[in-house]
Amino acid sequence: MNDKNIIIKVKGLKKSFGDIHVLKGIDIEINKGDVVVVVGPSGSGKSTFLRTLNLLEQPTNGSIFFEGTDITDPNVNINIHRQKMGMVFQQFNLFPHMTVLKNMTLAPMKLLGKTKEQAEQRAMELLAKVGLAERANAYPSQLSGGQKQRVAIVRALCMDPEVMLFDEPTSALDPEMVGEVLDVMKELANDGMTMVVVTHEMGFAKEVANRVVFIDEGIIMEEASPKEFFDNPKNERLKTFLSKVLI
Amino acid sequence: MASWFENLINSIKLMFSDLAKEFQLNFIEGERWRWLLDGLKNTLIITFFSVLIGIVIGVVIAIVRSTYDKNYVDMKKRSGFGAGLLAFFNSICNVYLTIIRGTPVVVQLMIMYFVIFASSTNGTMVAIIAFGINSGAYVAEIFRGGIMSIDQGQFEAGRSLGLNYIQTMIHIIIPQMFKVVLPTLCNEFIVLLKETSIAGYVGIADLTKAGDLIRGRTFSAFMPLIAVAIIYLVVVMLFTWLVGKLERRLRKSER
Repeated sequence: MNDKNIIIKVKGLKKSFGDIHVLKGIDIEINKGDVVVVVGPSGSGKSTFLRTLNLLEQPTNGSIFFEGTDITDPNVNINIHRQKMGMVFQQFNLFPHMTVLKNMTLAPMKLLGKTKEQAEQRAMELLAKVGLAERANAYPSQLSGGQKQRVAIVRALCMDPEVMLFDEPTSALDPEMVGEVLDVMKELANDGMTMVVVTHEMGFAKEVANRVVFIDEGIIMEEASPKEFFDNPKNERLKTFLSKVLI
Repeated sequence: MASWFENLINSIKLMFSDLAKEFQLNFIEGERWRWLLDGLKNTLIITFFSVLIGIVIGVVIAIVRSTYDKNYVDMKKRSGFGAGLLAFFNSICNVYLTIIRGTPVVVQLMIMYFVIFASSTNGTMVAIIAFGINSGAYVAEIFRGGIMSIDQGQFEAGRSLGLNYIQTMIHIIIPQMFKVVLPTLCNEFIVLLKETSIAGYVGIADLTKAGDLIRGRTFSAFMPLIAVAIIYLVVVMLFTWLVGKLERRLRKSER
């Protein structure tokens, strides 16, 4: 694999909270255009892993290279790199005091030097794409859960990121709203976006991912293509896990 | 006509003419109502500017203290120097809070006027500084509580977009914090407005002092003191009404 294609490279990543060792040495390389789905039992460290990728959690040990720069280096300005790593949270985290449009234009105007018109034009394009153009002036509290998460996704896309990180994006949604969010994510994957997705949606993993990663007890226990991963799991823990989630 | 009725009418007439005389004596004669007006002006000037100083001090201290509370452990790992600086500022803030909240405001005012600014003749300015510094300590804790009450996810969402710490604070955390703290903040301003009534201790002719000066001149206590009380009451009610309107406007986004 050509080194230029590697967008994120994680080496010996460890994270402890006090005496609790959540990540015990993770190594992975993520290439441009990859859709990596991370699964694992709750408490396995998969969310912590995702949150260390943009340094929302400070790693205890190891390094993370993003586009060739070690972002764990204290001298690196992490804000520059975070602009290129969009993140979507389980709890949406829209800004409740701003309209949908304002949510989406704040960062591009402050950080990319876009004018209000430029930022709003891009925001409206993206809103139209996810079918929410007519809600541009609504406040987050006036939206359904599924709508909120779609706005959260396009808010991150407004920064034109290189990678999108999804932290259990459908776990806080009512079941009937999961589909609309997954559809947006599928479309994004089809457009060639590099994505790292922590989720419990095995259907999404099978259908959209090109790599599935199983994290348990703070390490990567197995990594494979979706077909191999689900049809022919090798790790005993993964077999147990799959038998519980695939009923 | 029954004489008891005439007596009643007469005594009411007498009472009103007494009141009218009192009113004439305390407020009209020598244009003493102007004293109250000037006093009110001084009270409002002192309150307004100390509120401004209090908010500025409060925001700065609240940011330092909540940053320390939330980020010190992480910062220590990432950069020792920044963490040390933060710890240093945090301890300065703590000393300030302890001293200001631990001593009576009237003592602070007198120390300011007779010791620190002994050479200054501008009493109003000294009072503004003293009340501003005093109010800042209370406002800081109100703001810190507000900042800590905002969901951590809001902070993470801002940072994940690439906004730096200060930008996240200014555009995302502080606007939400203001909505949370508005009722408590309003309360603090009402307390401050009334607290300025001790400005007379250092010879400033505020509203309370004005009423007292009239009493000293006319030897009549009822009228000037009641007038002063009513003026305070009206100002506080007006302010409460305004804040209520503001609160309803800010709550619009929740519906």
